[in-house]
Order: sequence, then structure tokens, then C-alpha cells
Amino acid sequence: MDIIYAIWLRNVKRYVRSKSRIVGSLGMPLFFLLVLGFGLNSVVVIPGTGEGYLEFLVPGVIAMTVLFTSISSGVQIIWDKQFGFLKETLVAPVSRLEIMLGQTLGGATTAFIQGVIILVLSVFIGLNIVSAVGFLIAFLFMILIGIAFTAFGIAIASRMEDMHGFQLIMNFVIFPIFGLSGALFPIDSLPSWLKPVALLDPLTYGVEGLRYGLSGTAQIDPMVCFVVLAGFTIAMTVLGSYLFRKITI
Amino acid sequence: MSAIHVENLTRMFHDFVAVNKISFDIESGEIFGLLGPNGAGKTTTISMLSTMLKPTSGTATVNGRDLLTDEDGVRKSIGIVFQDQSLDEELTAYENMDFHGRLYRIPKNIREERIFELLTLVELEERKNDLVKTFSGGMRRRLEIARGLLHRPKVLFLDEPTLGLDPQTRNHLWKYIEQLNEEMGITIILTTHYMEEADRLCDRIAIIDHGTIIALDTAQNLKNKVGGDVVTIQTPDGDRISSTITAPWVEQIEQRDGYVTINLHNADKHLSEIVTLLNGNEIEITSISVRKPTLEDVFLYYTGRTIREQEADGREAIRMRMVHRTARR
Ligand SMILES: Nc1ncnc2c1ncn2[C@@H]1O[C@H](COP(=O)(O)OP(=O)(O)OP(=O)(O)O)[C@@H](O)[C@H]1O
Ligand SMILES: [Mg+2]
Repeated sequence: MDIIYAIWLRNVKRYVRSKSRIVGSLGMPLFFLLVLGFGLNSVVVIPGTGEGYLEFLVPGVIAMTVLFTSISSGVQIIWDKQFGFLKETLVAPVSRLEIMLGQTLGGATTAFIQGVIILVLSVFIGLNIVSAVGFLIAFLFMILIGIAFTAFGIAIASRMEDMHGFQLIMNFVIFPIFGLSGALFPIDSLPSWLKPVALLDPLTYGVEGLRYGLSGTAQIDPMVCFVVLAGFTIAMTVLGSYLFRKITI
Repeated sequence: MSAIHVENLTRMFHDFVAVNKISFDIESGEIFGLLGPNGAGKTTTISMLSTMLKPTSGTATVNGRDLLTDEDGVRKSIGIVFQDQSLDEELTAYENMDFHGRLYRIPKNIREERIFELLTLVELEERKNDLVKTFSGGMRRRLEIARGLLHRPKVLFLDEPTLGLDPQTRNHLWKYIEQLNEEMGITIILTTHYMEEADRLCDRIAIIDHGTIIALDTAQNLKNKVGGDVVTIQTPDGDRISSTITAPWVEQIEQRDGYVTINLHNADKHLSEIVTLLNGNEIEITSISVRKPTLEDVFLYYTGRTIREQEADGREAIRMRMVHRTARR
């Protein structure tokens, strides 16, 4: 536990200190919220819910924020490798599993905080809060998304020599995960051949769970969302730990 | 008990042999030097002994713990200062130390006390709350050494501890290293390609080249082996000298870049003979000097090359590494 805490603490300290990173990574979600949310609010009506597009969009943008922050926290390991700091942790008499878990929880924490910032900002620009319990449900899903995708980032980072390959992963893995997840549109309105693909995307369940918590309605049963996302989180943690164990410097 | 016992340790990268069946023993409390040019295999050796790299074959024990079967035991026994920087620049000096202390499970009160002691020792106590990215190269190096000592290792590895530092800082670090060894009895194994560093610090020196240990002894014994003295002759006629001076008291004769070096005993006795011989054969002497051999001569003796001519200046190397890193940031 001490080791996990030490590594978690380092990650959180670095996060709190990197003001430019915090602000920078809030830029895109805010842009989505303001431009899409307000721009399309009066044009788009989400069938079957009666809510405005802004209400619909907020959970999606929160999921996006948590997704991108957690992936980049996981990939942080490559920087640690390049700047030599990883050696300091690897040569210590601690298990790789502890290092990996500390890194995962640290990344998930920062991703969660970023998500909460977007959530709070959304309340300011007009999101109606349905219930306190709904908030907690939303938090739960944010944490799960954060853990799952930080672990996913670590898994990727463990197999990569340097940052060069990252752009590729970004374009062919992470953007599709985001784009297909129903963060920006209801999955029910997808053409029938594309809907199964969206249902294979783990983030879909995160977005729908968040949506249930924040607006009270969702297109997938929240229990199903929870089970699928929790399963994915465990799978990613196992995969991340496995690949991280084999990392060499 | 020997602090480190190495037997036929070998490491290959694909079919390239970086470290080739090296064997040696390091006594407890000794300062042991691995001296060799770039690419000799020093870092690879240290990486294997510190569990960061698996040997291709061979065995070793560190502090009595087997490298292959008891990685954790080895890790608990050692401290290491890597050749390349391994600090977190976004944290302060104190936080870097604190992180290390937590990794080694040092209880809070002891941790704080030791961090204070060590930061004072390396004269960084006043800067402890500054971010490492504001530190100079020498300060970083001192912090890394302090950090490596925090958990009181039995064996300390220092991979090129003074590479790229100015002479003053280097002198300073040498004093710390000696102090650590004397006062705490820590066994130290250091790598370097600075002759004076090896000469000044090390009880024994292993000269390593192309992955093989070519000589291992105290600095004094290594120098004695070369011969009692070195005569250096500057001349435009280098080629003819080696064929002219063939007396039995010549132990070795090498010529390079307009200089001829002769290893021999009792140079004062033979000097006039050399001059007479050269004059008799009308070989021009620009200058001639006699000195005691240095480790550089030892290296030349064993390899036929000087250590300097096969590598860029060390400072250059570290600068290039830094540029490389910044570019990737
Ligand atoms: N990961 C690796 N893959 C392939 N070759 C390697 C690797 N690491 C080291 N080598 C090779 O092994 C040889 C020994 O390298 P090593 O780093 O041990 O040298 P060194 O004595 O520490 O040199 P320096 O003084 O430059 O630090 C070099 O030829 C190097 O190119
Ligand atoms: Mg080296």
C-alpha cells in the first residue's frame, strides 16, 4: 500500500503543478460544450428524451475529458522512460504490480478531477442536476473510465519504445473509441450496421452510465453499463500489469 | 566475505557480445573501478549487477545474494547512481528524496532525519524545496548520490559519477565518495573513463575493453607492470626509432602522431644511451622527456591505443545526451 501511495502521490503532485497541462486539456472539452452545445441546442432534438442537446452532450464531453486525460497519464510512463526516472522505480525492491497500480490510480485520480471540473463548469452553463445520487453514479462511472483507460495507456506505453508511435495509436484507437461511443449522438440513431460496433466500444457503456446519472435517462440499462465497464476495467488492469511486468529500460 | 562475486558474466545484444565472460571479486569496503573507453561494456556490467538487465550467461552475487535467484535481495542491498540522469525534474530535491525513501519503506521519522543529513552532506539542504529542473548538472549529480545512499546500501554503484562536471565539482564529489567509503564502510564500484579519477579513488582497477577485462590490479601494480618509467620522444622520424632502439631493457615501444613512447626501467641510466643511439643514426629529436607511467600508459600498453583517441570528450557526450532529451520533450 505504501508503495502504491508513494507513486500515486508523485503523479498527483506533478498534475497539480502542471497548470498549463490542466488548462490545456480542458480547452477541447470546453470548446465542444460551448460550440456544439449552444450551437446545436436549438436545432437538435434528441428523440425520445425531450431534453436539449446540451443536456445530452455534457455526459459525453465529461467522458471524453476523462478518456483523454487518463490515456495520456498512462502514456506518461514513456516520458519517465525517456527522462530516466523509470529506472529509479524499477531498481527499487518493489514489485512491478505495485508500481503499475500506483500509476493507474494516480492517472485515474487526475482524470477524475479533470472530469469533475468539466462537470462543475457544465452546471454553470446550464446543466440541471437531477439528483445527488445521480451525481454519485456519475462519479462512479468517471472513476471506472479513468482506471480502465489509464491502465490501457500503461499497456500501450509498455510496448512502445518512444513517443513516435503514439500519434498512430491516437488516430486509430483512441479517436475511434471516442467517436463511436455515443458521446456526441444517440447510438439508437446509428444505422443498423454501425450500432453493433458502438456496442463493442467499452466507452459507450461509460457514456451511457454517466448519462443515466446526470439526466436520469439512458439508452442502455445502467446495471448493464456498470457490469460491462467494470469488467473492461479489470481486464485492462490485468493486461496493463502483465505488459508492464515485461518492460525493460 | 566478498561484497561482489562475478563469474563468467556475459551479455549479448543479438550476436554482439557487449560483456564477455568477465570474472572478478570485490572485497567488502573496497572502492573498485571499472575503467574503459566508450562502449567497453561498463554500463552493461553495472546494469546486470543491479538487476536491470538479465545476463545472457554467467552468475554473480551481490552482498551474498544471488543475482539470478534473489533479485529482491540484491535490490535491497544496493544503491545506484545511473549514468544518465534519473531524477524527476518536476519535483523538488526533498520530494525526490522522499519518494525514494518511501519506495524503500523507510519509516517517516527516520526518513526525514536521513534526508536532512544527506542533503546537508551534499550541500543541498538550502535548496531542498527547489524544483530539480532549476539545478545545475553538479547539483543534480550530488542529489542523485545522496538519494542512492538514503536506504544505507551495502554496495553503491556509481556509473560515471563525474561525467561532464567541471574540475572543481569533480574534486568535491571525489571527497564525498572517499568519505562515504571511509566513514560508512560502503563498498563502492564505479565506472569511469577518467584516468585520474580511477587513480585517485580506486583501491583496485579493472581495465575493460571490448567487453573483456584485460588487466585488474591496484593502480600502482598496473603502472609497475608497464615499466618503471616512460620516455617520450618527439620526432619527425618515428618510424626509424623502433628499429634503431632494440636494446634488451626496452619493454615496449609505441609510436603515434610524431611521438614515440618507450617503457623501461631505470630511465635515468639509459637516457644518454638513447640519445647517443639516435644521434648516431641521425634521427632528429625535437624534444625528449622522462616521467612515471600513468594509467593512460597502462591502457596503451595493454591495448595499443590511448583511451582518449577512441572517444569524444566526455563533456561532449553528456551535452549531446541532454540536447537529445530536450529535443524530445
Ligand atoms: N540495449 C542495447 N542494445 C544493443 N546494443 C547495446 C545496448 N546497450 C548497450 N549496447 C552495446 O553494448 C556495448 C557496451 O555498451 P555500454 O553502455 O556498456 O558501454 P560503456 O562502457 O558504459 O560506455 P560509455 O563509456 O559510453 O558509457 C556498446 O557497443 C553498445 O552499443
Ligand atoms: Mg556507460
